[in-house]
Amino acid sequence: MIMNRTNFSAMLIFVSLIISLPFLTGSAYVLTVGIFSGINALVAIGLCVLMGYAGQISLGQAGFYGIGAYVSSILSAHYGLPVIMSLALGMLAAALAAVVLAVPSLRLKGHYLAVATLGFGEIIQIALNEWGPGGPSGFGDIPKFGIFGYTLNTTRSFFYLTWLVVAAIMAFSINLMNSRSGRALKAIHGSELASNAMGLDVVALKIKVFVLSAVYAALAGGLYAHYITFISPSSFSFFYSVLVLMMVVVGGITNLWGGIVGAIVVTVLPELLRRFEELDILAYGLILTLSLLFMRDGIVPLLIDKFRKVFTVARS
Amino acid sequence: MLTVFLQFLLSGLTVGAVYALVGIGFNIIYNATSIINLAQGEFVVIGGLMMWFFTESVKLPFFVSILLTILTAGVVGLLMERLTIRPVKKTDLLLMIMITISVSIVLRGLLMLKFGKNSYSYDPFTEGEPISISGAIIQQQTLWVIGVTALCTVLLFLFFNKTLTGKAMKACSVDSTAARLVGINVSRMVMLSFILSAMTGAIGGIAITPISLMEYDSGPMLAVKGFCAAIMGGLGRGRGAVIGGFLIGILESMTAGYLHSGLKDAVALIILLLVLFFRPSGIFGSSAAARLRKF
Repeated sequence: MIMNRTNFSAMLIFVSLIISLPFLTGSAYVLTVGIFSGINALVAIGLCVLMGYAGQISLGQAGFYGIGAYVSSILSAHYGLPVIMSLALGMLAAALAAVVLAVPSLRLKGHYLAVATLGFGEIIQIALNEWGPGGPSGFGDIPKFGIFGYTLNTTRSFFYLTWLVVAAIMAFSINLMNSRSGRALKAIHGSELASNAMGLDVVALKIKVFVLSAVYAALAGGLYAHYITFISPSSFSFFYSVLVLMMVVVGGITNLWGGIVGAIVVTVLPELLRRFEELDILAYGLILTLSLLFMRDGIVPLLIDKFRKVFTVARS
Repeated sequence: MLTVFLQFLLSGLTVGAVYALVGIGFNIIYNATSIINLAQGEFVVIGGLMMWFFTESVKLPFFVSILLTILTAGVVGLLMERLTIRPVKKTDLLLMIMITISVSIVLRGLLMLKFGKNSYSYDPFTEGEPISISGAIIQQQTLWVIGVTALCTVLLFLFFNKTLTGKAMKACSVDSTAARLVGINVSRMVMLSFILSAMTGAIGGIAITPISLMEYDSGPMLAVKGFCAAIMGGLGRGRGAVIGGFLIGILESMTAGYLHSGLKDAVALIILLLVLFFRPSGIFGSSAAARLRKF
């Protein structure tokens, strides 16, 4: 464990929150929203790593999310593969796609990756519409998630599974960011030129992070498909990529916890806004714009800042 | 055989003209600010939908509607720059891209609120029989679209090369600090670039809506296509975007005609990726100039 004390205590609070939530509420609705928050959190953590640490933006996470969902669903539903294996193959497929996309675009200067990923996401969307089983209307009968012959049928069990995966991915990512590669990434974000001069292979590191974020998204896509058991291309549109971007921005890109907090906020918010259904796009846009303009650091860094101030005042 | 080809070519030129206008819009803002404005597609939608609003809903005369629509788009561009671009002093490209995306979502939300999810269209500019050239049918509106695009291109060319304001804007794109030193009001030029770019997009929207319908969420796809046109021609080069736009339009309609209509939208994106990967300076751009760019 290379996790520092703050992160370790945050992780403890986080895990106890997850364990206790199903005991606090028996409502399947709350747990379902919780499951979606968890699935979105996985994609958001990936984008957080990419944006906050490698300083790159991706507008195509929905593409990887879709690859994960479709590959895993097709392999398990049509070819009878065990879900755990199809999920892994879905992640592998997304990783390959990420390499193909990243190798040429990350060699370029600036934010070409943003544009390339946007194009990539749209191409995946078109491909799913054209060649995905069921075309634009999607397909169902995807097996539920199961492991060692035991199927997760209840909402509660899937809730635990999702957040267990989130916790594991979070722990892995925190460790990674505190490792040698993580420090190298922070250096790249600081100054690409200087890191290059220090002998860091900037391009290789960026590609690795990009692939990592794609794999997280594919994992989330797989979990989504095996929970809902029905998928269609519309769930993997450009709007989802923007939604993930919003989660990361609202939560805070400089802190991995921001991904989780942002995902929960952005997933729960539409449930609260549901009565204003005509206004949802506008509300999304305004929240994103306002948080970009006035809360550029995001919720988590803001809270940490407030917390520190209170602490220093209390001490003195 | 030839007739069919000609027909595809013509419909390609029509959509291509709009992509060209969107591409020019990208270039105008990019040149003044190095920002990629991903809300560019929404300007086109504003053009089409507001024109419908003024002519069909308020029943204003044709020319008044056109003027009001272009004016509306200009005001939207101005507000966008004043409210979201200017307050952010730091020129962080990542942040700027995200801001333009979020503005585009706000605009889309507003458009949906006003116009709902329906498709809109109105009568062509001139009534009359379609013209036939060796069997291929040209609607009169097609000629209008291509003509309007040509006119806009020429006017913008004259503006950037012959007027003092245009030259000052060009100076900002070369070096904004140096431009400020010789007394150019850079922030006003940035504002102007947003107004101009919004108006250009809106003109495209006004011209194309009678042919291809307009919806509140047509924006992102138009933005992507227009961006492909701009990238293909070399980002920042006005004439490049025009050629790029027409090329993409033609390739698209050929794909839809000869291969499969569902793949139409993928063509521009595949071109975009190929150009980004193999010739990021654009097919017509010089790689030496591209190296000097911030983006």
